[in-house]
Amino acid sequence: MNLQWMAWTTPTAIFFLVIAGLLVVFTVLGVRYPETPRRGILRIDTTRGDRLFITLLGSAFINAGWLALSGLPQWWALGICALWAAAVFRWV
Amino acid sequence: MEKTPNQKAWFLVLPVLILVAFSAVVPLMTVVNYAVQDSFGNNVFFWEGLGWFEQVLTSDRVHAALGRQLAFSAIILAIQIPLGVAIALCMPKRGVWASVCLVLMALPLLIPWNVVGTIWQILGRTDIGLVGHTLAGLGIDWNYARNPVHAWITVVVMDVWHWTSLVALLAYAGLQSIPQAYYQAARIDQASRWKVFRYIELPKMQGVLLIAILLRFMDSFMIYTEPFVVTGGGPGSATSFLSIDLVRMALGQFDLGPAAAFSIMYFLVILLVSWVFYTVMTNLDRAEGK
Repeated sequence: MNLQWMAWTTPTAIFFLVIAGLLVVFTVLGVRYPETPRRGILRIDTTRGDRLFITLLGSAFINAGWLALSGLPQWWALGICALWAAAVFRWV
Repeated sequence: MEKTPNQKAWFLVLPVLILVAFSAVVPLMTVVNYAVQDSFGNNVFFWEGLGWFEQVLTSDRVHAALGRQLAFSAIILAIQIPLGVAIALCMPKRGVWASVCLVLMALPLLIPWNVVGTIWQILGRTDIGLVGHTLAGLGIDWNYARNPVHAWITVVVMDVWHWTSLVALLAYAGLQSIPQAYYQAARIDQASRWKVFRYIELPKMQGVLLIAILLRFMDSFMIYTEPFVVTGGGPGSATSFLSIDLVRMALGQFDLGPAAAFSIMYFLVILLVSWVFYTVMTNLDRAEGK
């Protein structure tokens, strides 16, 4: 199969593999350790998957904001994303 | 008898998954790949990194298009939601006229976008169009192709004409689902017309109105065909909303990289708004179900 038209690069491939990996991990977690939705500071019912979605979407905006406003290395934004993820999974 | 777990039904979802993979996931992945590279055509790409994202995020042109887009969506919602509710309140509740009204309201929704654009492009012309000619007769120098204010009015009025019926029909469905007992109770309490609306009709319409706001926001946020047919994004770039600007960047200038970065940011904004609305709606349903 020729995938040249998709213009793959190593970094974008790693990016999608990480997301696919996260989805697989959370699916396995969901099957192995079923859970009931809980209600955090946002006052909405969230499951693990919801929290992953909020984390990923938030991380995208954190990275965009960092790129637009800070002018500092992009790697540092990943640190903020990790804090964001921890906060979402702890309190949302 | 114990029920045996059977997960084979999941295979029934497989065709949809394959369809979505080919129609959405693979193209989206390609857009992400384009966004970090530069191309001069011929399927040859050069690594660019996050440069295009930085360019798009700090571009005055994109900011201006986003501002116009938000203004357009805000105006559309501010007009269509109250107007739709008002129309729904005025529509007859039953009988022949109810059906006639429903059909009349549904008509604009059946017309394809580009035809709506063409209709209003002709209507607004001063030489052959009814609206343009009438305005010219009233002494107004009407020209949507030259005057940005006129272009905006034409595009907004066109969208109101096309989509207010959707809000009205949704609100009408919400109104129809209110049991008569509520109105009788209100009559016993001698509630005024306003209080009936404020404390009975509006809360009962909350769910459908949220759906109406979501649908109208998304549709107006992604609008392309109608303003493109009427004004082509002009005069200048006065009515170049996000999607018109995006197409101009991608196809007009063949700047695939910046356009891909632009569309990813566009997608993220839409994803965020959709998620917020979805969450609010599902939580509202759950609160009502309790």
